[in-house]
Amino acid sequence: MELVTQIGDGTLNGLSYIGSLASLGGRAAYYTLVAPFQGKPLRLQRAISQAMETGVRALPILSLITFFIGLILALQAAYELRRFGAISAVATAVAVTMSRELGPLITAIVVIGRSGSAFAAEIGTMKVSEEIDALETMAISPIRFLIAPKFLAMMVMLPCLTIWANAMGILGGSLFGVAQADFTFVRYIRASIDSLLLRDITTGLIKSVMFGITITAVGCLEGLQTAGGAEQVGRSTTRAVVISIFLVVLVDLFFTTLFFFLGGH
Amino acid sequence: MATGQIASPSHPGAVISVRDLRVSYGEREILHGISFDVLQGETLVILGGSGSGKSTLLRTLVGLEQSSAGEIWINGRNIATTSAAEMDEIRKKIGMSFQGGALFGSMTVGENVALPLREHTHLADSTIEVILRLKLEQVGLEGFEYYTPSQLSGGMKKRAAVARALAMDPEILFFDEPSAGLDPIIAAGIDQLILELKRAFHMTIIVVTHELASAFVIADRMLLIDKGNIVALGTTEEMRSSTQPRVRQFLDRIAEPEVSGELDYLQMLTAERPNAHSAAGKRGK
Repeated sequence: MELVTQIGDGTLNGLSYIGSLASLGGRAAYYTLVAPFQGKPLRLQRAISQAMETGVRALPILSLITFFIGLILALQAAYELRRFGAISAVATAVAVTMSRELGPLITAIVVIGRSGSAFAAEIGTMKVSEEIDALETMAISPIRFLIAPKFLAMMVMLPCLTIWANAMGILGGSLFGVAQADFTFVRYIRASIDSLLLRDITTGLIKSVMFGITITAVGCLEGLQTAGGAEQVGRSTTRAVVISIFLVVLVDLFFTTLFFFLGGH
Repeated sequence: MATGQIASPSHPGAVISVRDLRVSYGEREILHGISFDVLQGETLVILGGSGSGKSTLLRTLVGLEQSSAGEIWINGRNIATTSAAEMDEIRKKIGMSFQGGALFGSMTVGENVALPLREHTHLADSTIEVILRLKLEQVGLEGFEYYTPSQLSGGMKKRAAVARALAMDPEILFFDEPSAGLDPIIAAGIDQLILELKRAFHMTIIVVTHELASAFVIADRMLLIDKGNIVALGTTEEMRSSTQPRVRQFLDRIAEPEVSGELDYLQMLTAERPNAHSAAGKRGK
């Protein structure tokens, strides 16, 4: 009986959390898409510098990680394909897996670690030091001032990073292709591009936009819900990372299923 | 107090009228029906110990906490029922100085002070620049606009926060614990600043504090609250000569008789034992 109650409570908490995320996302969307046309300008400058921080500064580490992931994929695929004498299909396997799944997912996880956690820590610290309250007493909406630029930056940068990650993954795969599978570099790249359908890339990008929204919403909500002192900021940051990873996987599952049944398989 | 629905503040000179204000956090009620007026141009000091509800009262007055019942009239508008847009209009007429300053760490002092002007007015940058210098001078921080908050001392942070609160030329200024965390000399400087603001601009000022020395310097009237109720409200003279036990206890800094409270608890515990044997034991409790 206890267990049933706990499962029930857990489900309710989860649903109300998703409700809070949706409400925050909705208000941020209002300040990003609607309010600028009602004379409440978006802080574009802030969004651009946020995009620099979230996007451009993530490039080195993201490149390195996805290059290795591409290489790992090629090795793993070759292990199986070799038995069928189909080692030349490595290029296809890497390109499709990166674009449809691992490019968006690995990008999201890197961004959670770099930016999702930073959002929670930044906003959490501002909450604890009454800076959020100060904004409100100055009649400045914290959502418009702090959170909307982050949403805009993430929604633009995550797809960009994902395209980059896909490319780096394919590049990683080509290292194996050239060294072990009798490809020339150009032929490997051409085989990769030929194997990709447009929808392989677009489904990945749609997912990455949704990941961006999820990561920002969780990071900002955890920040705003911080109460107490400095140690709570640490907890909020941890929670933001864990919940983001979980929800990104959930969103991934939802959209992958959706695309599967919509005929994008 | 007027009976029935109060259409406007009952006191003619009142800028803020609070009527039967109740605030709860979840199940726990923090303020149990508080009523008072703040008059135009006066400095009202809200005194109280830790956990008395004074900070909650201040946060509710500026709209950071929701009241569960009652009315708060600011300039003839009840903020308990007003819309978000109207609340923003009221907020542009009030300034709030937070306990730790609450300056934005990512901006310079100048950007902090100019922020409300940039957000709410269409003033040219050069005009904002002039206002900025004026405000910084008023609080004794001229030349500090390019410093970041982390480069300022505690007292300077508070002054910068006051400059930011003054940016929109507010009619009412709120202070949360202005002397908290400052040494007596710096704290006295902040008291002088509050007095100057009152003298120069005839501003209505509400200060929450537990520092008695500072309270008696700046206050016109004092409001002592304890456990969510008003204990006393009066001029500094009235408070000083008050014979009310709770007022005397607070002003004379007599420790809360917590020990006797614990003894009662112990007695209650030991009284449990005879209870088990005879009904006569119950009479005692």
